[in-house]
Amino acid sequence: MTAVGVETAGVDLTAVRGPGGVRTRGRRRLPRALHPGAWWLWAAGLAIAASRTTNPLLLVLIVAVAGYVVSARRSQAPWARSFGFFLKLGLVVIAIRVLFQAIVAAPIGTTILVTLPSFTLPEIMAGVRLGGPITAESLIAALYDGMRLATILICIGAANSLASPARLLKAVPSALYEFGLSIVIAVTFAPQLVTDLDRIRSARRLRGRAIGGLRGTAGSALPVLEGALERSITLAAAMDSRGYGRQAHRSRMVRRTTGAALLGALVMVVIGTYALLDASAPAALGLPLLATGFILGGIGFALAGRRSIRTRYRPDPWTWPEWGVTACALATAGIVVAASVQGVSGLIAPVDPIAWPTVPAVAVLAILISALPAVITPPVPDSARGSRT
Amino acid sequence: MSPMVDFASVTVTYSGAVQPTLLDVNLQIDEGELVLVVGETGSGKTTLLRAINGLVPHFTGGTLAGRVTVAGRDTSTHRPRDLADVVGVVPQDPLSSFVTDTVEEELAYGMECLGILPDVMRRRVEETLDLLGLADVRNRPLLSLSGGQRQRVAIGAVLTSHPRVLVLDEPTSALDPGAAEEVLSTLQRLVHDLGITVILAEHRLERVLEYADRVVHVPGAGRPVIVGSPQDIMATSPVAPPVVRLGRLAGWSPLPMSVRDARRRAPALRERLHPPAGARGNVRSPSPPSLDSGRDCVISIDRTRASYGHVPALRGITLDIAQGEVIALMGRNGAGKSTLLSTLVGLRRPDAGTVRIDGVDPATMTGPRLIGRIGLVPQDSSDLLTRDSVAEECTDADRDAGMPHGSTQDLLARIAPEISAQTHPRDLSEGQRLALALSVVLVASPLVLLLDEPTRGLDYPTKERLSALLRDLAASGHAIVIATHDVELAAETATRVVVLADGEIVADGPTAHVVIGSPLFAPQVAKILATADGGDVPLTVAAVRDLLAVSG
Repeated sequence: MTAVGVETAGVDLTAVRGPGGVRTRGRRRLPRALHPGAWWLWAAGLAIAASRTTNPLLLVLIVAVAGYVVSARRSQAPWARSFGFFLKLGLVVIAIRVLFQAIVAAPIGTTILVTLPSFTLPEIMAGVRLGGPITAESLIAALYDGMRLATILICIGAANSLASPARLLKAVPSALYEFGLSIVIAVTFAPQLVTDLDRIRSARRLRGRAIGGLRGTAGSALPVLEGALERSITLAAAMDSRGYGRQAHRSRMVRRTTGAALLGALVMVVIGTYALLDASAPAALGLPLLATGFILGGIGFALAGRRSIRTRYRPDPWTWPEWGVTACALATAGIVVAASVQGVSGLIAPVDPIAWPTVPAVAVLAILISALPAVITPPVPDSARGSRT
Repeated sequence: MSPMVDFASVTVTYSGAVQPTLLDVNLQIDEGELVLVVGETGSGKTTLLRAINGLVPHFTGGTLAGRVTVAGRDTSTHRPRDLADVVGVVPQDPLSSFVTDTVEEELAYGMECLGILPDVMRRRVEETLDLLGLADVRNRPLLSLSGGQRQRVAIGAVLTSHPRVLVLDEPTSALDPGAAEEVLSTLQRLVHDLGITVILAEHRLERVLEYADRVVHVPGAGRPVIVGSPQDIMATSPVAPPVVRLGRLAGWSPLPMSVRDARRRAPALRERLHPPAGARGNVRSPSPPSLDSGRDCVISIDRTRASYGHVPALRGITLDIAQGEVIALMGRNGAGKSTLLSTLVGLRRPDAGTVRIDGVDPATMTGPRLIGRIGLVPQDSSDLLTRDSVAEECTDADRDAGMPHGSTQDLLARIAPEISAQTHPRDLSEGQRLALALSVVLVASPLVLLLDEPTRGLDYPTKERLSALLRDLAASGHAIVIATHDVELAAETATRVVVLADGEIVADGPTAHVVIGSPLFAPQVAKILATADGGDVPLTVAAVRDLLAVSG
């Protein structure tokens, strides 16, 4: 066992020598996980592109590109399987959007497919009309719109399955680390609650009691919450014994400066945003105030981060594959947004009258750029080795 | 040289408690010692362990009088987090204490908190992966590990901070015999090679006693803590493993602490026990009733398969169990024991094959019909208990079973007379809680009683009472199935042992036949008295006593 261990360790030691992490040596690229931030940027690029088009062909292309990259670069970890869930969620979103269009919204176009019995809600409910004629045009419009929403969701799902929230946490500034950790733990508790609920329901069955219905649910809820509370106490004790929350000594001066900087930053950002958005406020006030607020906030975070003595174990390096992925994201988002600003035809699919959408070559090219990360990033490490699950 | 861990007249009283949990404890532990903390359940072992890194009283509340110092640091002025670099604490349930998702990150977490430099962290993680034999699972999610691997990760996660004291609370109680060996040999290596001071509490003394340099006996109920060599403590301790009890019975001095010690002294005893021709056999364990002896077959499982997603848990199990049988269901963690039990009570429907309890499919039964036929005490017996007091729990159980008021209370009074009716179930000791759960299940007088890992956290006296109770229940016609890692419990109570591996039955037969040949499943007494010809030997100390009485 030891011999194997040493060998494995040896390989990995050569793999991550120096801050640059893995570099290509000759033709062979060593597998490693990409920086999670790069994956989220990549997903954001695709999502921005999706938000600028209703062309169903382009949207399908975006989903296909996301799916292709996910299948090429996801790991064996449990969260990597979440992409399928997001695909299903997308379908549900489309269905809901179309359904609402059919029942509630005012129709567009003239091709009436079917007329539902209609009635208008009383004035007090804002006079919303329910039912009425359903046109092919409005259904198609709703379908495109739903697809756009679903595609954006799926892009987020792709990022989630390529880089888990816990890994993203490693890249969070240290001032926010403790806050971030509590969120990540809360997220990981959710599946545990489901397991607990299962266990408690089994126990109720063993006592010969009802497990469905109101009584059954009420009877299970309390023990589940108790269990969650107990587990969080155990976890807190374990984290405390392992040194969580150890702090470096800071002078009173530094503590006060930190507090003042953060508070000042908050005030300036709020006022600045208000000034920018409210047309009646002097525009000259908005931008400078906002900028100062952000700078002050940065200083505050840096100072607050010095309180923590945490170090990072194997921080994900940011080297050329990450830059490459970022460039792809910028290219995709930039080209599609520019095309949409210039009014390139085909980005918005025609719905009234319905016509087969044309496909603008420039957008296709832009979206395909985001498929490159499947090739330019290093392959994922094979953690399935010896897996028993 | 000052001791590594120093308790100076320490008294711990929890708020609201009538008497102190620990009274006037004086204890000095030197560097490189392996100290075993023993005691009955609820006697204050965990409190003693948690006082070492300041969790008592900083985290739990209560008052601590006296002084605890670790490597010269006083726990009254140092919080647990300030002691994290000298004391590593491995809690009872490793899974609930993991902070990150993968092995490597978990190993690094403690060091990150301590602000150790990245290159040092990297080196220590690699060293620890090798030291604990975890290198080939380094990238795996923690949830996918086996029980023994999890325990080793939990140990590794505190070792990377290079603590000088390692504190473990029942590190092997949830593990199968093989995984327990794995963890214990790791601990021994840490003590021998790295000079780490190890302090561990454990109920399964048969597993750990031989490794201990000193034993701390916490008798509980405010009586003074006794510290001494294993031999001294074991001479009088009420909690003692079979090897020691056999030594006492045979009058060996000094008392053997390991099977190896005992075997050296055993030839004379083996000679005496070697029964005259024809009179062999295990006197204590009743011979298994065979189906043709007129007993009814109450459980019949036929070619049953079950799976979790794509992972098969049971691959075609066929098993018949008659009234009066006590079956010990053994096998490593994840072999399918718990799945088989939940299939038996109808919590899972099998993918294929049939399960019949008293001729009825358990999945179709609910309410009183179910609990009158079959009862299961789950691994965590508190799952069954939902009310705020023992009395309410008993009343509920009477109503569920349709029995007259007070039936459960009477039953409980027979099993565990000391339990007060007003206690909250959570405040009961492990053994008392099991007794309450058993009463709640037994009041419906089920034909079949299933127990999942009942001896986890039980001390020897409680375990003996449990064994006696189970034998009585079997004699009165119940069929009992116990899923367990505890080979001593199996030897004491089971008439038949079924060994599962990978969802298949790999051994099924009378207890003596199955366990004697197996290096992992043989109880200590059988290991000590095993003869070269592989003949029948007694499995328990009680059986030896009976044999000696017969042979005079």
